[in-house]
Amino acid sequence: MNWMLYVNAFWVGGLICMLSQLLFDTTTLNMGQILTGLTVLGGILGGFGLYDPLIEFAGGGAAMPIISFGNSLAKGAITEAERTGIIGILTGMFELTSTGITSAIVFGFLAAVIFKPKG
Amino acid sequence: MGKKAGKQTFEISNPPTIISTGTVAGPFEGQGPLASDLDVIVSDIRDGQTTYEQGERSMLTKACRLALDHASHSISEVDLFLAGDLLNQIISSSFTAATLGLPYLGLYGACSAMAEGLGLGAMILDGGFVGSVLVATSSHNSATERQYRYPTEYGGQRRPYQQWTVTGAGAALLGYTGSGPRITAVTVGKVIDMGCKDPLNMGAAMAPAAADTIAAYFSDTKSDPSSLDLIFTGDLGEVGLNLCREELAEAGIELGDKLHDCGLMIYDRTKQDVHAGGSGCAASALVFLGHVYKGLQKKEMNRVLLIGTGSLHSPTSYMQGENIPCIAHAVRIERG
Amino acid sequence: MAKKKLNPKQEKYQQKVKKYESKPALFKNAFQAFVSGGLVCLIGQGFIDFYAAVMNLPKKEASNPAVATMILIGALLTAFGVFDKLAAYAGAGLSVPVTGFANSVVSAGLEFKEEGLVQGVGAKIFSLAGPVITFGVVTAFFVGLIHALIR
Repeated sequence: MNWMLYVNAFWVGGLICMLSQLLFDTTTLNMGQILTGLTVLGGILGGFGLYDPLIEFAGGGAAMPIISFGNSLAKGAITEAERTGIIGILTGMFELTSTGITSAIVFGFLAAVIFKPKG
Repeated sequence: MGKKAGKQTFEISNPPTIISTGTVAGPFEGQGPLASDLDVIVSDIRDGQTTYEQGERSMLTKACRLALDHASHSISEVDLFLAGDLLNQIISSSFTAATLGLPYLGLYGACSAMAEGLGLGAMILDGGFVGSVLVATSSHNSATERQYRYPTEYGGQRRPYQQWTVTGAGAALLGYTGSGPRITAVTVGKVIDMGCKDPLNMGAAMAPAAADTIAAYFSDTKSDPSSLDLIFTGDLGEVGLNLCREELAEAGIELGDKLHDCGLMIYDRTKQDVHAGGSGCAASALVFLGHVYKGLQKKEMNRVLLIGTGSLHSPTSYMQGENIPCIAHAVRIERG
Repeated sequence: MAKKKLNPKQEKYQQKVKKYESKPALFKNAFQAFVSGGLVCLIGQGFIDFYAAVMNLPKKEASNPAVATMILIGALLTAFGVFDKLAAYAGAGLSVPVTGFANSVVSAGLEFKEEGLVQGVGAKIFSLAGPVITFGVVTAFFVGLIHALIR
């Protein structure tokens, strides 16, 4: 067990959340807009191959925040394009993010069927 | 017949009485400081119905029936029903009107609905067209959240200047029987746009409209604040009330501790996490028809002004970057 | 968006609004976001290690079931009506990690069930998370395209 990874996960993940919170509190941007921006940032960082080293360093601290979603989309597209040519951008787009999207849809649907909002 | 005073004010020459009122509040409002002045506190935000929307209209219908019961009036004795609410196409009011089966005029003045209804009802009665008018309004926290903002279970942090929509409904029966408080003057507001765009800060958007209507009332009636015991704005909240005071001070009107806001009165902000205070049609309806109405009956006050404040934006208008147009209507009520 | 210019009176009023608008507790909010966000990521790392050990997966692939688990937790907290209360404290600490994505999807699905499973849940489920996917995909598309062209 690599305990240092846990320390890094805590402070890197915490820092990303803290900076997002400061952005929320000091601008009129709403959280949806901030999350959208973070995803775009993740896509760009992924394009330059800069986000994977952070995941290497901080584990869940970099893999859990939404930036990782943008990074994974870009990486999926890039990797598949390298394998199968330009069409790979379309076929590989959701290669790595399928887990998140699929589970969110399934859990969301099931929750909607079973539960009622509490208000 | 009623006569026009100045540009916006109508003095009611044959002032109708607020014969009775009915108030129904949600469970959260029932924990507020004015709970003992309210008739019914429901225990479930859906009031036993399936949807929030049905819950809101159930509360609205209950408030109407309570007002009638308190006056021992039957529905058939009511000539006209005036109501408005915040849901799209004022659907709560319309469904309630269908349930009551009364001739109905729907009002849209957003959160100013109660003042608008009381004013309009008094004018119609003074005009001699009808003998009794039932005025009602409602709002529902969850129903408005999902319509204007986010799903109720969405985990978004609220801005400190945001207000909390009040869940509840109020109804008032107006007519010429009994010796209750009377509606003696109405000041109809103009739509004011001071360039506010943030739909989360409605108090700030509405404050200039409230100040404008208050100033118009004093200038039209050629009176000053000493002629009134208390002045209640509808739902400006803390930010809006401060801004309203400043706007009035600039116009040379100092209201001091005569000025109160229904949105600030309905919750205990030290215990209830409502940020800048309450908002919604029910804020002024519950505080005025519950607390203030009883105060007038108990002779704790003689002459008060209620300024209903409404933010007239739609979910589409603010998404398209338009400013928030606001309105405020004032009604003067005097002890019977 | 229509950007109408404000007249001088409106301009002056907007200055006053800024003066009276209550300000958020910057330090407190940032601290709460840091701690709760850090904690969520720490738990996420715990699941990564757990699945890596139990399912004998390489670390990179173990993050898939870990993400799914975090989404399940976010979904359950939302369904039980707890997420919004926790998020009022944690702010970005719960919104920025994948738990926030789960909450935006589940809360929308839950909220619109009364409008029907197809036109309500089905249509509205991405009403909040949609922008993230749309912008993420468009960004990734062009990033992939540029990558493929310069290679």
